[in-house]
Amino acid sequence: MTHPAKYAPGVQVRVRKLRPPGHLRTPWYARGAVGVIERLCGAFANPEELAYNRPGLPAVPLYRVRFRQTELWPDYRGSGQDSVEIEIFEHWLDPA
Amino acid sequence: MRDMTMRGHHDMGGLAAGEIPREGHDHAWWEKRVDALQVLLSSPRHALLKVDELRRNIEALPPDAYDRMSYYERWIAAITATLLQRGVFTAEELGRRMAEIEARERS
Amino acid sequence: MSDHHHPHTHAADAEDQRGYYQVMEIAVRELLIEKGILTQEEIRRAVEAMDARGPVQGARLVARAWTDPAFKARLLADGSAAARELGLEIGALRLIVVENTPRLHNLIVCTLCSCYPRMVLGLPPDWYKSRAYRSRAVREPRAVLREFGTELAPEVELRVHDSTADMRYLVLPHRPPATEGWSEERLAGLVTRDSMIGVAFVQNPNN
Repeated sequence: MTHPAKYAPGVQVRVRKLRPPGHLRTPWYARGAVGVIERLCGAFANPEELAYNRPGLPAVPLYRVRFRQTELWPDYRGSGQDSVEIEIFEHWLDPA
Repeated sequence: MRDMTMRGHHDMGGLAAGEIPREGHDHAWWEKRVDALQVLLSSPRHALLKVDELRRNIEALPPDAYDRMSYYERWIAAITATLLQRGVFTAEELGRRMAEIEARERS
Repeated sequence: MSDHHHPHTHAADAEDQRGYYQVMEIAVRELLIEKGILTQEEIRRAVEAMDARGPVQGARLVARAWTDPAFKARLLADGSAAARELGLEIGALRLIVVENTPRLHNLIVCTLCSCYPRMVLGLPPDWYKSRAYRSRAVREPRAVLREFGTELAPEVELRVHDSTADMRYLVLPHRPPATEGWSEERLAGLVTRDSMIGVAFVQNPNN
């Protein structure tokens, strides 16, 4: 039984700056970045656990998070509106 | 630079890189068979491995091997590693069979 | 660092190594068949099933969306369900279709491995799996597009989707001008794989 999703669309979140070993699906370039919840994708078994043939349950809420490129790269030269969207699990997010 | 050892070699988003190589190659039959193995073994019908285990095993490849190996070489290496971890066959069985195949190919 | 092999330029030990993994594939396949885990027939059918998939399937989704606004709405709301309407087998992963508009252009990448909507596009091109694309698409997407001959106006938002989880993305490209009244089939013929990944626009060759 999953706990209810913590973040609603539109909420600002910061990606945790953790650096554990293991199979992680939160890209390095997003760690520590501030973005906005675009939507809740649903709840999924944790891939960090599935990687070791464990069930990865209870399912963890997964969010699509939108980041401004100018937030990710200090020297970004495209449009100020350009963005990256990444799917990130709830345990990697803190309120910003 | 110290930070780089904590970053997975596969976790390359944002790193500097050169021109995107555009020439492709037609998939060889062995590559298509590797693809088929992955699909079949991870399907609910067989459930002998999870794609996440395959990814973890690919990520565990030494950086120079990761760069040198082709996409499907990495996949077969990871499928094999996962099946060994799951105990589907032993290293001995695999080693003997690989040696037999090499001998077959040479004759 | 190229992911491609050019046999005539490789040293003998690299040839050996390449042979090594092909031998491994044979050994693993034979052992799995002998242990009754897989059959030769299953493997053959899986190879054929993947061979039968290609960008043509994705192009049908796009062409239908261009000509049928209600379908387009369903496609954008639930890509997997809409694909099934056209008889496509999507499998367990969720298909998310993202629409290009005059103000928004979408680009798909998987920086961590090479996740790709295989069920509607077939196997990914080598460049999509390359280090250069995976590294640069999130960092300098406009330069990447330019390498593909695609220039994006500065006032258009370029949104890069990094597929890190179980969702697979397909771009619904903008319908090219001067195609009014075209049949679905004729429209589908214009839709390229590269336009559904987001590195190119769909062109009308008559324009």
